[in-house]
Amino acid sequence: MTKMPQSADKVLDHAPLFQQPEYTEMLKNKKIKFECGHPDDMVKEIGDWTKSWEYREKNFAREALTVNPAKACQPLGAVFAAAGYEQTMSFVHGSQGCVAYYRSHLSRHFKEPASCVSSSMTEDAAVFGGLNNMIDGLANTYSLYQPKMIAVSTTCMAEVIGDDLNSFILKAKEKESVPQDFDVPHAHTPAFVGSHVDGYDNMQKGILSHFWKGETRVPSEAINIIPGFDGFAVGNIREMRRILAEMGVDTYTILSDVSDVYDTPSDGEFRMYSGGTKLDDVKAALNAKATLSMQEYCSKKTLEYCEEVGQETASLHYPMGVAGTDEFLMKISELTGKEIPESLRLERGRLIDAMADSQSWLHGKTFAIYGDPDFVYGMARFVMEMGGEPVHCLATNGGKAWEKQMQALFDSSSFGANCHAYPGKDLWHMRSLLATEKVDMLIGNSYGKYLERDIGTPLIRLMFPIFDRHHHHRSPTWGYQGAMNVLVKILDTIFDKLDTDTIVPGETDYSYDLTR
Amino acid sequence: MAKDYVNDAEGHAALIEEVLAAYPEKSRKRRAKHLSVAQPDPENSTETEIASKCDTVKSNIKSVPGVMTIRGCAYAGSKGVVWGPVKDMVHISHGPVGCGQYSWSQRRNYYIGKTGVDSFVTMQFTTDFQEKDIVFGGDKKLAKTIDEIETLFPLNNGVTIQSECPIGLIGDDIEAVAKQKNKEHGKTMVPVRCEGFRGVSQSLGHHIANDAVRDWVFEKGEGAGAGYEAGPYDVNVIGDYNIGGDAWASRILLEEMGLNVVGNWSGDATLAEIERAPKARLNLIHCYRSMNYICRYMEEKYGISWLEYNFFGPSQIAASLRKIAAQFDETIQENAEKVIAKYQPLVDAVNAKYRPRLEGKSVMLYVGGLRPRHVVTAYEDLGMTIAGTGYEFGHGDDYKRTGHYVKEGTLIYDDVTGYELEKFIERIRPDLVGSGIKEKYPVQKMGIPFRQMHSWDYSGPYHGYDGYAIFARDMDLAINNPVWGLFDAPWKKADAA
Repeated sequence: MTKMPQSADKVLDHAPLFQQPEYTEMLKNKKIKFECGHPDDMVKEIGDWTKSWEYREKNFAREALTVNPAKACQPLGAVFAAAGYEQTMSFVHGSQGCVAYYRSHLSRHFKEPASCVSSSMTEDAAVFGGLNNMIDGLANTYSLYQPKMIAVSTTCMAEVIGDDLNSFILKAKEKESVPQDFDVPHAHTPAFVGSHVDGYDNMQKGILSHFWKGETRVPSEAINIIPGFDGFAVGNIREMRRILAEMGVDTYTILSDVSDVYDTPSDGEFRMYSGGTKLDDVKAALNAKATLSMQEYCSKKTLEYCEEVGQETASLHYPMGVAGTDEFLMKISELTGKEIPESLRLERGRLIDAMADSQSWLHGKTFAIYGDPDFVYGMARFVMEMGGEPVHCLATNGGKAWEKQMQALFDSSSFGANCHAYPGKDLWHMRSLLATEKVDMLIGNSYGKYLERDIGTPLIRLMFPIFDRHHHHRSPTWGYQGAMNVLVKILDTIFDKLDTDTIVPGETDYSYDLTR
Repeated sequence: MAKDYVNDAEGHAALIEEVLAAYPEKSRKRRAKHLSVAQPDPENSTETEIASKCDTVKSNIKSVPGVMTIRGCAYAGSKGVVWGPVKDMVHISHGPVGCGQYSWSQRRNYYIGKTGVDSFVTMQFTTDFQEKDIVFGGDKKLAKTIDEIETLFPLNNGVTIQSECPIGLIGDDIEAVAKQKNKEHGKTMVPVRCEGFRGVSQSLGHHIANDAVRDWVFEKGEGAGAGYEAGPYDVNVIGDYNIGGDAWASRILLEEMGLNVVGNWSGDATLAEIERAPKARLNLIHCYRSMNYICRYMEEKYGISWLEYNFFGPSQIAASLRKIAAQFDETIQENAEKVIAKYQPLVDAVNAKYRPRLEGKSVMLYVGGLRPRHVVTAYEDLGMTIAGTGYEFGHGDDYKRTGHYVKEGTLIYDDVTGYELEKFIERIRPDLVGSGIKEKYPVQKMGIPFRQMHSWDYSGPYHGYDGYAIFARDMDLAINNPVWGLFDAPWKKADAA
C-alpha cells in the first residue's frame, strides 16, 4: 500500500491525523498560496503586544465592545429555574432559535436531555404580535408533552415588540388552549437586561407569585431554600439535602430542585420530567417561616417578594469552603431551631485536617477567579481560607454592589491585600490581567481553556458551563464535603503542574519527587 | 453496498398516523404535511440513480408553535454556519449577549491561526445590548465597537455584523454604519440582516449570508482577486465548513488529483479566499442547501459553473472524483483514477474490519443541510440500512435529491418535533440514531446508540477517505460499546424471567 496517514488498523482522528506530514505540508501550502495572511513576524509582534501593559490599558478603555463575556442571557436562567419544578415544561415566547440554543447549552454541560418549547414567532408575529403563537403553542405543548405546569418566559424579540404575557395567557385560556385552572406562571425575561442569574430570579418570582397571589399565609415552622443558578446543582442540591437530614431538618422546600431533572438514569426510559419541586409544596411554601437563598444575586427580586408576603429572608454567597458552610449551617440552625450535630462538626474537622495537611502547597498561591457573582465571592473566600490570594476576581454580570462586597472580603484578611474585583469585565480583560500580572491558577469554566492556552495558567473548572470535562457537576462543591472536592481539584492542579515542570529525565527530574 | 434492503412502508405509514393522533386538530393537519413515506418513483432507474420519491412532504414552512421544533434561526444560519468560520474577520454578534454566547465555539470549524491575533473564529464578539441600546438604538455603539476592534485586533481583515432579533425591530441602520466604517478603516465591512425572527429556520440565514457575500464582498471590488492569474485547474470548494477538519480531508484528495483549491468556503477560509473565488474555473459545492445561492450568482455573473459532489463514504467519493474530473482534461481524469486506486486498499481494510460489525444495522437520521441524504450511502458502504431520515430546514429541492439516495418505504420527516422523533425512534428502535446534541441524551436513555451528526460528536473529519475510516470507527464504537448491555439490573432481569 502507498504510504498514507490513515489506516484501518489504527484509525487516526483529527487530533493526530492533521499532525501527519501529508497534512502539515498541505496546510503550509494553503497558507502561503491562498490565504494572504499577515507575515509571521508581524503576527508574532502583535501577539506579544496583546500581552503587554500598554495593551491592557487600551483593552480596559473599551466602552462598547464585549469580547468573550462570562455570562448568558436571562431566558437561560428562566428555563433552568422552571426545570426544577414537577413535570414543568418551559415555554419561551419569541423566536425559536433561542430555545434551540438554551437546550443545547444545558445539554452540553449536564450531558442530559433539556426539554423546552418555543412559540416560534416569525416576521408576521413581529408585526402583529405573538398572541396566536401563544394560543396555538400552549395547546400543542399541553397535548403533546402533558406537563403539570407550563412556565412561560420571553426572548428579546417578544420583549422588544412588547407582548404582554399575562393578557396573552388569559386569552389563551379563554380559547381553551389549556384548562382554566392549569398552572401557567410567567416571567418577562429580556435578554438586554442583566444576565441568566436575573432570568433565574424573575422566573422564580413568577412561579411563586403565580401560586401565592391572593392566598392567605398561615405561618409555619418550615423553611424554603432557593439554590440559584448552578452548574453543580445536581451534586450540590443532593449534598444540601444530606446535610439537612443530618441536622434533622425535614420541613423544608427546595424551590426549584433540578437535581433529578439533570441526572436521570439510563435504564431504557427517557424521562422528560423527573423529580422537581412538587407543585403542592410550592403552594404550601407560602406558609414557610423563612426563605433562604444560597445565591444572593440569583434571588434579589424573589426574596423581596418573599418579604412582601411576610417571610423572613436571608441569602448566602454560594456556600463553599469553611466559613461559607459554617454560615449556611448556622443560618439553618437559627431558622429551624435544630442544633448542628456532632457528625457535621466532624466533617468540618476532616476538611480542616485536609487543609492543614496540604497547607504548605497552598500558602501564598495566587488565583484568578471568574464566574457568576456569588460563585466568585464564595470561591475567593475559600481560597483565602487556604492561604491563597484571589488576585483577579471577575464577574461579567457583577455590578457595583458586588464589587463592594468583594472589597470587604479582601479587606477581611491579609491574603486579600493584593486582590481586586472586576465587575462588568469579560474574559478578554482577564487575558490582559493574566498576561500582565501572572497568577498560579485560573478558576472558571470551559471557556477559560483559551486563557490557559494563551497564557499558560492552569485552569480549574468549577463554574457553569463545563463542556469539555465530564460529570464534575455530579459531585458537590457545597458543604464541607464539597469543599473537600474543591480542595482536591486545586491540589491536583498544583501537583500535576509541578510534575509536568520537572518531568525531563536527567534535567529537571531531581524535583520529580515521589512524596509530596 | 447494502442496496437490497426493504423498508416497511405500511408500518411506517401507520406509525405516522399514530403519532399525529396526539396533536390538537389544527396542528395535526399542519404536521401531517411534513411526514411521509418515500414512494416508488416512476422514473426509478439505475440510469438516473433515482431510488424513490421523497418530495411529497411540505418543507421550508413555519414551525408549529409549542411542539419543540429542533430548528434554529437565521442568525444561526449566517453567523453559525456561513460567516462564522471565516477566520481572519471579526464577526460581531450584534444585540444581546445570548446568541453569541450559546453559539461560541460550538460548530467545530477547524482553522489554523493565532486566535485573538490574526484569527478570531473561537471568540465571542458582541455589542452586549442593554436596555438603553434598545430604546435609543445601537448604531453608535456598533460604530464604536468596530473602532475598538480596530484598536485591539489590528490584524483583522474585516468585520461582519451579525444581526440579532432586536436590530431589525428597532430600526437600526447597520448598513450606514458599515459604509462609514469601511471608509474610515479601509477594511471590508459586512452588515448581515440575519435577525432570528426572519424566515422559518436557519435556512433564510444562509441565503441572507450568501447575499451579503455578493453585495458587500463581490460588489466592493476584486480584493485579493485583483491581478490573480487564474489557472486551468482552479476550483473553489463551496459549503464545506471544515467541521473536525472535513475540508482538509477533502482538499487533500482534490490536490492529489491535480486541482488547485483557490478558495474553501468557509471552513478555515480567509477573506482573500472569498474575494478570489470569481476567478476560479469551477465551483464544487458540498452543502448545497447553505451555499447554492452564491453558486448560482457566480454562474450568472462570472460564468462559473457549479457541480454538486459528495465526499461521504467510498462509493460517493469515487463517483464524485470521477464526476469532478470529467469537467477537466485527461490528465486530471487519469489522476482521479489514481487517487481512487491509491485509497482502495484503505477502503477495503476499513470495510473488512468494520463491515462485519455493522452489517444489517439500521439507522435513523435527523440533521440539517446536506447530511440527511449525503451520509446515506456512507452507511450503506458499511452494510448498514436507513430506516428514516429528515431535514431540519430542507427545501423541496433537498427532498427531491433525497430520492436519489433512499429506498422506498423510508420514513421521511420534515422539521420533526421532539414528540414525533421520540415516538418514531421508540417504535422503530433502530440500531443507531444520528442527529444533534438536543436529541442525543433522550435517545441514549432509551438504550439506543447515538452519534451527533452536526459536530461529528467531537470526532471527525468524516469527509474523504481518511474521514471514512473515522466514520466507520465511530459508528462501530457507538453501536458495539458494552454499556448498552448494562441497562437492565440483573435482579430485574431475573424477575422478568
